[in-house]
Amino acid sequence: MNISARLAWRNLWRHSRRTWLTVGAMVFCNALLVFLIAVQLDSYRMMIDNTLGAFTGHLQVQRAGYHEDQRMQQTVPAVAALADKVRRQPGVSAAAGRAMAYALASSEQRSFGILVTGVQPDAEPSVSTYPGLVSAGRYLDGSEAAEIVIGAVLARNLKLGLGDELTFLGSGRDGGIAAGVATVVGIVDSGIAEVDRGVAQIPLGYFQQTFFMGDSGHSVVARVDELDHTDAVVASLRRQLAADSELVVLDWDTLQPGLREAIQTDMISAWFMYAVLIVLVALSVLNTQLMSVLERTREFGVMLALGMRPGRLGRLVMLETLLMATLGLALGALVGAAVVYYFSVFGFSYPGMAEAAAKFNLPPRLYPQVSALAVFWGPVTVFAGALLASLYPALKLLRMEPVAAMRAV
Amino acid sequence: MTAISCRELCKTFRQGEELITGLDRVSLDIDSGSFVSLSGPSGSGKTTLLNAMGGLDTPDSGQVTVGGTRIDGLDRGERADMRLHNIGFVFQAYNLVPVLSAQENVEFVMQVQGVAAAERQRRAREVLDDVGLAGMEGRLPGELSGGQQQRVAVARAIAARPKLVLADEPTANLDSHSAAQLMGLFVELNEQRGVTFVMSTHDTRVMAYARRLISMRDGRIVEDRAQEPRPMNL
Ligand SMILES: Nc1ncnc2c1ncn2[C@@H]1O[C@H](COP(=O)(O)OP(=O)(O)OP(=O)(O)O)[C@@H](O)[C@H]1O
Ligand SMILES: [Mg+2]
Repeated sequence: MNISARLAWRNLWRHSRRTWLTVGAMVFCNALLVFLIAVQLDSYRMMIDNTLGAFTGHLQVQRAGYHEDQRMQQTVPAVAALADKVRRQPGVSAAAGRAMAYALASSEQRSFGILVTGVQPDAEPSVSTYPGLVSAGRYLDGSEAAEIVIGAVLARNLKLGLGDELTFLGSGRDGGIAAGVATVVGIVDSGIAEVDRGVAQIPLGYFQQTFFMGDSGHSVVARVDELDHTDAVVASLRRQLAADSELVVLDWDTLQPGLREAIQTDMISAWFMYAVLIVLVALSVLNTQLMSVLERTREFGVMLALGMRPGRLGRLVMLETLLMATLGLALGALVGAAVVYYFSVFGFSYPGMAEAAAKFNLPPRLYPQVSALAVFWGPVTVFAGALLASLYPALKLLRMEPVAAMRAV
Repeated sequence: MTAISCRELCKTFRQGEELITGLDRVSLDIDSGSFVSLSGPSGSGKTTLLNAMGGLDTPDSGQVTVGGTRIDGLDRGERADMRLHNIGFVFQAYNLVPVLSAQENVEFVMQVQGVAAAERQRRAREVLDDVGLAGMEGRLPGELSGGQQQRVAVARAIAARPKLVLADEPTANLDSHSAAQLMGLFVELNEQRGVTFVMSTHDTRVMAYARRLISMRDGRIVEDRAQEPRPMNL
């Protein structure tokens, strides 16, 4: 065995309790980081899933410019057929065509501006959670029926109940007046004020007749199997649709720009906390190594005197830290992964979480996943921090004089 | 040939307010193959002179040449290399590496030099046998008596076969028999391999083996004479 490796290993176990304490601090910190990061990543996954699942989907196909202007004329032709095509795309789990128009909704007494969305009643439930939020009545069926689902607040404002008729008035694709009378079949209570106040859905076929859309719509909304595959699916759809230069494929980041920012902001604040943990561990390594260098001044002096180069001695101290940090990394990642695995099976929640989640239609438990990112992100940073911390005691050795060191007690 | 040459070496130590003379304009040439004893009262500068000659410490002024190379101007790393390849050291306090066994301590210098494992193990065992420690190869320094540790330190100094050995009180802590055995070994290395020995000592038994006696006082050489070695019969 290499002399440095042998010395490093023996020196570690010379004060085995101190070594284990330092390694233990690293293991604890690493396991904690693995757990926190896994929970964090899962809460982001949930946040993305819920936000995108509400309405937006992971990606949409639209007419170029529609996302910016949202004009009636910016249509996607043969929207139902395109939805079928997108649905067959590998990696896509669901797709549905939609059309949208702003309209004035009126009952006998009052009028309110709303967003009317034409949806495919059979496909819509698999791309958004909206249909599942019907609290009274039912969701839409039949594509042509003159039916409407409205939010609970809108229903209250218009004083409408199930079976009542709602008149809506807007402008059609050609700019002419579009008007319809639909029967309220369902009332949605999403808990989100804007949605409950200003959103209504009608069958796509009925929408197309009323707003003079022909077979066209405004978007195809799709969900992918795995969030991470969004980019790949978007890219392959873009290739498929390249022939039609009028159509664009937009990913969720473009459709919902605030979401990634919100996550990034949250990540930064989480990293501050992690950084504190990592600095604490690095300081404990620094303390241990400074102490162990100090108490070995004499024997380091001897080794220097015998002709070991100071740099090699410095590397010895780094090597000792490397061994401890490797142990801390391996054990910490292992313990952390085991804890995360446990919660990935049985779920994780903290007091009050289920109640809060229920209010926002979120799942009551988190199921953090064991992923390479979650397991190694924290521990590798701790590893690097520990090595960095041992740089100082190592550099101290470079200035050591053998005679002075050997005289030390 | 000259093994070591010192010119006008001065070294002063500061202890608080007080300035202590370590070396006061010491000039000295030591021929290759000589067997030199440095004696003098405690604090006379023996260790300081040995340290300067071995490149362990730099003098405040003056020149030190070892094997034809000026070493007083070398940097830390270069001095370390010079020591590694040219000099065997026995320190006043035997200074073994506590986590290494007797055998590993003896191998240490050779290992840093890069001598192959089989070769250095063979040599280490051989030298440990020479200093009378056969069978104790696996013991840690803490499991050896003072005298045994001293002998391990000597073995470490000579195992790498340096042309020059600087030994600071090599027989302190040794009983008469072990001391005589050790001196016998030194004489043998000196006569058969031409190894140069410079030893500091208070021990008249050691001085008796030397062919040149140097006495120091207050950092100066006060006597320097040749003698016929007359090993004592013990
Ligand atoms: N690093 C130092 N700092 C302060 N004083 C020192 C230092 N090294 C040596 N001295 C002083 O220099 C003088 C010479 O010391 P040196 O160790 O060379 O003596 P010595 O002849 O080896 O003595 P001994 O026989 O006791 O070993 C002594 O007075 C000693 O106290
Ligand atoms: Mg001395």
